[in-house]
Amino acid sequence: MKKGLLLFSLLIIASFLVSACAGAGGGNVIKVGGIGELTGDIPAVGASFKNAAEMAVANINNAGGLEVGGKKYQIQLIIEDNAGKADQSASAAQKLITQNNVVAIIGPNASRYAIPAAEIAESEKVMLISPWSTNPRTTLVGDTDTPKKYVFRACFIDPFQGRVVAKFAMENLGAKKAAVLYDVASDYNKGIAEFFKQTFEEIGGQVVAFETYTTGDKDFNAQLTKIKETDPDVVFLPNYYSEVPLQIQQAHRLGITVPFLGSDSWGSGELITLCGSDCEGYFFSTHYAPDNASPEAVKFIEAYKAKYGSTPDDVAALTYDAFGLLWQALQTAGKVDRQAVRDAMATIPKFDGVTGTMKFEEGSGDPIKSAVILQVKGDSFVFYANANP
Amino acid sequence: MDYILQQSLNALQLGSIYALIALGYTMVYGILTMINFAHGDLFMVGAFFCFIVATFLKLSFIPTLLISMIGVALLGVAIERVAYRPLRQAPRVSAVITALGVGILLESVMLVIFPYPQSVPTLLPNITWTIGGVTISLLQVIIICLSIGLMLLLDFIVRRTMVGMAMRAISWDKVIVPLMGVPLNLIISVTFALGTSLGAAAGVMYSQAFPVIDPYMGVLIGWKAFISAVVGGIGNIRGAMIGGFILGAVEIMVVAFFPSTYRDFVAFTLLLVLLIFRPYGILGQPRPQKV
Repeated sequence: MKKGLLLFSLLIIASFLVSACAGAGGGNVIKVGGIGELTGDIPAVGASFKNAAEMAVANINNAGGLEVGGKKYQIQLIIEDNAGKADQSASAAQKLITQNNVVAIIGPNASRYAIPAAEIAESEKVMLISPWSTNPRTTLVGDTDTPKKYVFRACFIDPFQGRVVAKFAMENLGAKKAAVLYDVASDYNKGIAEFFKQTFEEIGGQVVAFETYTTGDKDFNAQLTKIKETDPDVVFLPNYYSEVPLQIQQAHRLGITVPFLGSDSWGSGELITLCGSDCEGYFFSTHYAPDNASPEAVKFIEAYKAKYGSTPDDVAALTYDAFGLLWQALQTAGKVDRQAVRDAMATIPKFDGVTGTMKFEEGSGDPIKSAVILQVKGDSFVFYANANP
Repeated sequence: MDYILQQSLNALQLGSIYALIALGYTMVYGILTMINFAHGDLFMVGAFFCFIVATFLKLSFIPTLLISMIGVALLGVAIERVAYRPLRQAPRVSAVITALGVGILLESVMLVIFPYPQSVPTLLPNITWTIGGVTISLLQVIIICLSIGLMLLLDFIVRRTMVGMAMRAISWDKVIVPLMGVPLNLIISVTFALGTSLGAAAGVMYSQAFPVIDPYMGVLIGWKAFISAVVGGIGNIRGAMIGGFILGAVEIMVVAFFPSTYRDFVAFTLLLVLLIFRPYGILGQPRPQKV
């Protein structure tokens, strides 16, 4: 009995050693971790993330690998599901770092999952790039204004987006009074709503209603009735694509006829499926316009369409860019080392991505890049205007 | 004034949904003294039945409603037969854990079949009337009237029919009453069928009012309906109805007159205070355990 136990524990120790060796040495393989919302309340985001991630990795591997420091490496992608839960996001990051020994992590996408995962990455000193998390806190330490050292993103941030939408509402739609309805339990929605309010009031507008709900609510009649009472010129809904259709449908049923505005969380094809004709003609700010893309982006869009049968949404495009940034950082670093990759990433001077040109400066994980305003028309999103930082 | 009327209408609509679901909790508790935590998920299954029948069979509202109610009632009876009946003599906590497990099972099965949120086709014409500044939709009228109708029907069944009498008798004593010739298992099955079909009716109406459905939609609303049942006095059918309308009204009115962020905070503080003064709920009666 005792002998058996000893043998068993020896076996376990041996297997640990073997796996540790495989992780560290790994031959000519670079391990990259991915965390996506594959299940949970926004699975369309996770699906786009996974599609684009697999495509980005396949492109490299099919071309013979990524050349880092004069040596060709194959990429091994390990994708973890965070099930749309903050705690699972953190544990997925922990697992990828300690068990899978990845060189960097791409994802999660939604801010409410990216923030907890980013905390783990920062404390473990492993680079994390979130493709789609726009809340400023993702790249900041705790509640302070000091930037995280190891966390980056491929998208612009909410203050910028809130500013863009507020200016658009006033200058292009001529709105003087705006109403906002947002999910107070979600970092993303809350942040962007507050930045919208701040800018809109700064440029002389008035926010007449600032109403909230919590994740999972489906009945917004009370809040919308209140909004209707205040008679706004425009209603801003910085909420996820699965909730926006309900909000707009209920508003229409209550007789609210003013235009609705949204943010990049609208930008999923699912929005149109769920909304039907109710969302026709409304605007939202987002990362890129598939119908107004650079030649480089067109190549990506065509390849994505051919492989998955749909136009890549902003999550897919940003995920692809996040991987592109990682490849560039790896090549600049010249070696497969967590710290060196992070240092190279922090000072990328120029990256031509699908979602436009971006650059990074030491002291912030946020890229400097521009936004676009899209309009819902028929069954697609159409380019409407550019918005520069 | 218009504003208050409009918000009252919203409160009635939300309250009737809560009340319908709360009835399922209270009926099962009344007869088995067990909390069927899978009930919120049966409500979700009802909404998905509506989606499936309306999308693939393209039936109109009434047949869709009936098919969903019957389908979920059968499911409810099957769940009782397979998962709860073997545990009837087991400690009560086992049954509660099993109920939670059944709920998670239902969610996961739905998640496998429908991983994405689905859009339910509209089965009722989108008609709205504006009466002096108050907007009323046909849907609201149907939800409120149908819910109240179903509740009156249930009240009639429980108080005026033989089945209802048997249900009340079994809830009073599970040992003696079967000895008098009342078929215990049959009556329990009927109770499950009635309770879950009301939940399904709520699911169908809910998916018409809020046509984006997902497998987790029953969790939050199930909890709220359960709270309604407790507030009304769990085990008491009229109490569940009152509890549902109270919770709906409190939630809407808090939003109507305070910042909406305070909604859950104020609503649930009020309910806590209420339970301090009426620990058995509004209509509940203390049931002393005889040693």
